[in-house]
Amino acid sequence: MEKLLELENLHVSFQTYGGEVKAVRGVSFKLDKGESLAIVGESGSGKSVTSKAIMRLLPNKIGSIKEGQIRFQGKDLAKATEREMEKIRGAEISMIFQDPMTSLNPTMTIGKQIMEGLRKHQNMSKSEAKERSINLLKLVGIPNPELRVEEYPHQFSGGMRQRVVIAIALACNPKVLIADEPTTALDVTIQAQILDLMRDLQDKTGTAIVLITHDLGVVANLAQRVAVMYGGVIVETGTVDEIFYKPKHPYTWGLLASMPKLNAESKELLAIPGTPPDLMNPPKGCPFAARCPYAMEVCMDHMPDVTDVSSSHKAACWLLDERAPKVEPPEAAVVGGAR
Amino acid sequence: MSVVEREKLLEVKNLKKYFPAGKKGVLKAVDDVSFDIYKGETLGLVGESGCGKSTTGRTIIRLYDATDGEVSYEGVDVHDKKSRSELKKFNRKMQMIFQDPYASLNPRMTVKDIIAEGIDIHGLAKTKKDRDNRVYELLETVGLNKEHANRYPHEFSGGQRQRIGIARALAVDPDFIIADEPISALDVSIQAQVVNLMMELQKERGLTYLFIAHDLSMVKHISDRVGVMYLGNIVELTSSDELYEEPLHPYTQALLSAIPVPDPELERSRERIILEGDVPSPINPPSGCRFRTRCPHAMDVCAAVKPKWQEAREGHWVACHLYDEEAVKQNN
Repeated sequence: MEKLLELENLHVSFQTYGGEVKAVRGVSFKLDKGESLAIVGESGSGKSVTSKAIMRLLPNKIGSIKEGQIRFQGKDLAKATEREMEKIRGAEISMIFQDPMTSLNPTMTIGKQIMEGLRKHQNMSKSEAKERSINLLKLVGIPNPELRVEEYPHQFSGGMRQRVVIAIALACNPKVLIADEPTTALDVTIQAQILDLMRDLQDKTGTAIVLITHDLGVVANLAQRVAVMYGGVIVETGTVDEIFYKPKHPYTWGLLASMPKLNAESKELLAIPGTPPDLMNPPKGCPFAARCPYAMEVCMDHMPDVTDVSSSHKAACWLLDERAPKVEPPEAAVVGGAR
Repeated sequence: MSVVEREKLLEVKNLKKYFPAGKKGVLKAVDDVSFDIYKGETLGLVGESGCGKSTTGRTIIRLYDATDGEVSYEGVDVHDKKSRSELKKFNRKMQMIFQDPYASLNPRMTVKDIIAEGIDIHGLAKTKKDRDNRVYELLETVGLNKEHANRYPHEFSGGQRQRIGIARALAVDPDFIIADEPISALDVSIQAQVVNLMMELQKERGLTYLFIAHDLSMVKHISDRVGVMYLGNIVELTSSDELYEEPLHPYTQALLSAIPVPDPELERSRERIILEGDVPSPINPPSGCRFRTRCPHAMDVCAAVKPKWQEAREGHWVACHLYDEEAVKQNN
């Protein structure tokens, strides 16, 4: 597999009145060509900040990359200039945002918005760009594209707008597509349509996808690999089967156990007690230690090392240390019964 | 729960709520909805945005006046014209928990005053000390503590705020609580905390819930029976197990098949029913069955005749021509 994007020890901080918020504290991952990686975590875990850092879309004055590298095709984006980034955004790496109601310009026709990137990055003439826009709308499943290309966002429903956003993102055949909660604002039946579309488009275009979400159902549906984030760090990463069927980190167990199962008789949900850590004063040790039912003394003071469980599966937990007691995941965290 | 001896707490009959839309338009948010809620049960109400589930809840508790129809609570009509004191008595029995814990608590009031508002209105505390004690007790009931009483809402996380919302609802000792998407603004691990709390409180206090949500798996988990709404109508209503095992209405089937399940192997092998298009506008809804424009099984009769609300099996109600022999015959 060819490495496309590689993050190494990324740190991102925000300056606020209260002090420095360390939102991302040493994130490393790799993305291969054509693969789909899901970053899962709760609000405040740093998953969206990571994606914004890759695109260099952090708010100018208060947010900054403190440390680390974002290597994209051999180039470090963390040090790229604004002008260099302009050539990458939309052309090489593009992004789908959560809310299709606010990510389109209400004063521009859909066609103009799709053409914007094509004209800028691919030097297309107006008529070429328009033709391509119509083809793109067809590709994302919008009926009557010849007519709808002249319409404004308010004339589209939520699901249709998200299709338009996807069309814009794919316009210049990017190598990486970052989808930040692409279906969270949509209803389930529309979500099913959009997920179907994204899977289909990935098969057709071979674009690598970074999917950012909190919904484990969406992850199981779309991703090949998963990174679980908590408190600004990746606590576990592996193939989708490894994360769902052989999870090693107690936080992953907690996430899996707190979801009600449609097919199973469930009595009480296994809730994770407490709340996520305050990243203004991040804990010295493992960020999950304060809520972890298996926490040991060492967890409070020392950040656990990343342990290789298999060649593709890594977790950062002291329970994986050879000196730690053996702990089995709770029953409620077992997905798919006897598998 | 035995079917025979259940006591009706709330009866909703042909409830309608229309909103004016534009010059001549009428938005039929809730159009002829009927169901009962029994004492001590949780009735779930699910549907996508715009289906009228929240409007139904809000009309039941009289945040909206009904356009037509009847809501009776323990046999008394809620929407009858009543004197203030009668209304007050009624309000004590029925409370509501709102969706957005960031918008439903007054930012300028302390947690103590927010929770005690109902206590003050109904004069439930004789002395200041009594009032304080009640608030402390409520805070502990919902898993917060005494020290939180003098703080302001912005000092709390989403999950904690929703606990304050629950404490406020419990303050007047109600029998019936309408929870309108109480967990959809919360993170997964916090959702489980709040749902567990609600279920515990129900056991302890014998509460009856109307639980409104769009998350079907959570609704299944908490509810005894579930009603499915589409464009202002209830299309199916039955016990939650039966609804998930044998959904009858094509919309329910599609809705269930659309939920992504956190199990990769299952996801890879699953056959999905993917509905075409979007929900039509409630200002000018389709004739006959409102789901027919997206229904994979639509027949001619569906456009002409509104399907009857009928008991297809014991305790399993559905409004669909597929389960109406006469309609199927007519169609052939």
